[in-house]
Amino acid sequence: MVTLEDLKTPTKNTWCPGCGNFGILMGFKGALVQLGIERDQVVLVSGIGCHGKMVNYVNVNGFHGIHGRVLPLATGVKLANPNLTVVGFAGDADCYDEGWGHFSHAIRRNIDITLIVHNNMVLGLTTGQTTATSQKGFKTKSTPFGSIPPALNPVAHALVSNGTFVARGYSGDMRHLTSLIVEAVKHRGFAFLDVLQPCVTFNYLNTYDWFKDRVYKLEDEGHDVTDKMKALEKSFEWGDKIPIGVFYQEERPTYLDGLPHLAGKPLVRQKVEGVDIKALMEDLT
Amino acid sequence: MIVNKISVMVGGEAGAGITRSGFLFAKACLRGGLHVFGTNDYQSLIRGGHNFYVARADAEKIYSQADTIDLLLALNKETIRLHKDGLVPGGGIVYDEEEITLRAEELNRNDLKLYSVPLKGVVKELEGPLIMRNTVALGAAVALVDYDLEILSGVIRDAFKPKVAELNVKAAKMGYDYARQHYAGNFEYRLERTSSTGKREMLLTGSEAVGLGAIRAGCKFYAAYPMTPATPLLHFMAPLDKEYGLIVIQAENEIAAINMVAGAFFAGVRSMTATSGGGFCLMSEGVGMTGMTETPAVILLAQRPGPSTGLPTYSGQEDLRFAIHASQGEFPRVVVAPGDVEECFYKTMEAFNLAEKFQIPVILIADKYLVESHGAAELFDQNRIGIDRGLLLTEDEYMGDGEYKRHKFTEDGVSPRALPGMRGAIVRTNADEHDEVGYTTDDPELTTKMVDKRFKKLDALIKELENYETTKVYGPVEADVTILGWGSTKGAIREATKLLGKEGLNVNYLQIVYLNPFPVANVQRILKSAKKTVVVENNKTSQLSSLIREHLLMPVDNKILKYNGRPFNPRELSRKIKRVL
Repeated sequence: MVTLEDLKTPTKNTWCPGCGNFGILMGFKGALVQLGIERDQVVLVSGIGCHGKMVNYVNVNGFHGIHGRVLPLATGVKLANPNLTVVGFAGDADCYDEGWGHFSHAIRRNIDITLIVHNNMVLGLTTGQTTATSQKGFKTKSTPFGSIPPALNPVAHALVSNGTFVARGYSGDMRHLTSLIVEAVKHRGFAFLDVLQPCVTFNYLNTYDWFKDRVYKLEDEGHDVTDKMKALEKSFEWGDKIPIGVFYQEERPTYLDGLPHLAGKPLVRQKVEGVDIKALMEDLT
Repeated sequence: MIVNKISVMVGGEAGAGITRSGFLFAKACLRGGLHVFGTNDYQSLIRGGHNFYVARADAEKIYSQADTIDLLLALNKETIRLHKDGLVPGGGIVYDEEEITLRAEELNRNDLKLYSVPLKGVVKELEGPLIMRNTVALGAAVALVDYDLEILSGVIRDAFKPKVAELNVKAAKMGYDYARQHYAGNFEYRLERTSSTGKREMLLTGSEAVGLGAIRAGCKFYAAYPMTPATPLLHFMAPLDKEYGLIVIQAENEIAAINMVAGAFFAGVRSMTATSGGGFCLMSEGVGMTGMTETPAVILLAQRPGPSTGLPTYSGQEDLRFAIHASQGEFPRVVVAPGDVEECFYKTMEAFNLAEKFQIPVILIADKYLVESHGAAELFDQNRIGIDRGLLLTEDEYMGDGEYKRHKFTEDGVSPRALPGMRGAIVRTNADEHDEVGYTTDDPELTTKMVDKRFKKLDALIKELENYETTKVYGPVEADVTILGWGSTKGAIREATKLLGKEGLNVNYLQIVYLNPFPVANVQRILKSAKKTVVVENNKTSQLSSLIREHLLMPVDNKILKYNGRPFNPRELSRKIKRVL
């Protein structure tokens, strides 16, 4: 059985002290231990940004890809070998800015992977600029007079993209976050988990204190995760109260379910040698 | 009388089934034992406009389209207006006088033979769809050249579903009967069943040949976003998924496609994508990622002319430098340019081997003319190129000494490749500079070592390519003139050199198949003894000349460049070669 110790890597962590990423890192490791998935059966795919360093900090298979492309990369890995547990990590800029074009498509395909977005509502590794989830009026080096458009709503987008598991966590509540990650990885289909995560260096607005006063758990209010319209209504709640937890979950055939010819025969197990193309050539004569 | 040497054009509006009917004629010639070549020309629209297909058949081996047309099957007046001057003296036009009025002063060619056939009338009589006019014209064409209608009927039966096929066979027969009755013996050109080819041949596009190569090479994952002229490969692969155990996925864009391919190859599956210049722009960063992470990738870049959208349905060779340099940073890669359908097949198989053996991206560079034209070829030898997956560890459990290192330093730079899921191995790679285990680094010494490691693979690759046919020479070893080219110009160059040979000129042709790494020694050997060199390319700046200058410090004597979206024709090219001599 995998232990927290097994998941340690020898690399030095370079996140800022108090960074919200630590909650996600610990939550993910805790979830893997709880799930009992061997580390050589997990593939961690990350993009570019502070979150991207997850590959250096969790001792599982990993592909640290380029900015914004976590989802197609993870899609390729999973479709090639569905026996692997594939978990993508992205930042808000990585996923909601640079990689936004992939978000709805990955969700609607319902490939059995998990996406965890480190959403700190600011670009950290490039030293503080606005992102798609920065709040209107948010002042950064790139928006010195305040961000003009309203923030993008990833949870609502995931719902209208026909997401089958749509959730939000908060890195300041590790126990809750860990259980959400467990649920997300266990979900059969595409699991989307947006994680509110304070950037202690560049986000002066959305701090631990700011979140602490606002977040509440959907399950505490008896939210029905099968009620999509209610979930959508909840996804628009942002301000004095911010819901966390599972907004919506449903069972729907995955992308691979749509390819029954591969059932039990993942691509990686198919024979590369000896594919006979004689019949195809005959058809062309 | 001219026997077994003809070029037949079918022309009309888009949506009139032009390519299909031209192809059927070409195939009917192929089945009669003739050598054939077929090419299409279409615009970026779905209805209206002007499309044509030229089917060429010959008793001698042919490699390209011809300069002139002998018989024109015109489904609209526009076709006649545009192509009458391309007809040889005494050439024929099949048309329907019910739909097209031809006035002598408009035509201004009293040598032409006009064969009106009631194309529409026949379709009406059969109560078939209007698109079937082209089949009536095909039947008439077969009668005019006194060819075997049964061969055409067989081709039609193979191409359509039974009910549609029978209707088309009837239409062809009625066109045939009408032309026989009214114009028997009137046309100078004849086609006869022969055994010129000797063997049963396929008639296929470069796309289909690449697809066959990919399937045979064990490619199991194909991700692409539609873009002319790379789309036909997607169409070829998609219906084969069940029979060959593939996943063919239409990605949301080319960025997704290349990243999916990287992910699938990382997980151990031979994978491929295809696109044209615009899509390849989007893939550039991903190409660099495969270079940095030492993930194999196979990409078909099917060129069309111009920057930006350019001429989206035409052909060009403007992206050679782009393929060689795409993406930031430095890393080894292969760029290989097939020149005909056979090479499309064998080079694709080689591409997969090289990609895995050296864990690098391999770019197959072709163009619209090659991937969409129909060339004839004997059934490919499935065993000429074996499968070589390089240092791939396929066991279920990692048995190596100590911790598995995805980017382990080795003598030739190639690290044994474990796959995620292998017990006991943690496979980690990184688009950031990294150490042997895949952890991010910015250490200067380690960075130097890692860059050197990746470039050691280039040395090994260059050595490996010594066993490959990186260049080909056609014609005499000693020649007065040496033509140099790459990719689809091959067909026209081979025919042009033959024409020049008949005129007593001593010409040979050096085809450069692998363009990166550049086959310096092979090219040098030929150029040293060449008396005069002529580079032939479908671009403005002669990118091949610049490569030769770069790698050999040698200028070329002459360049023949064409960049209007249209491929070279043999006679046109031979005239241009003579002009520069």
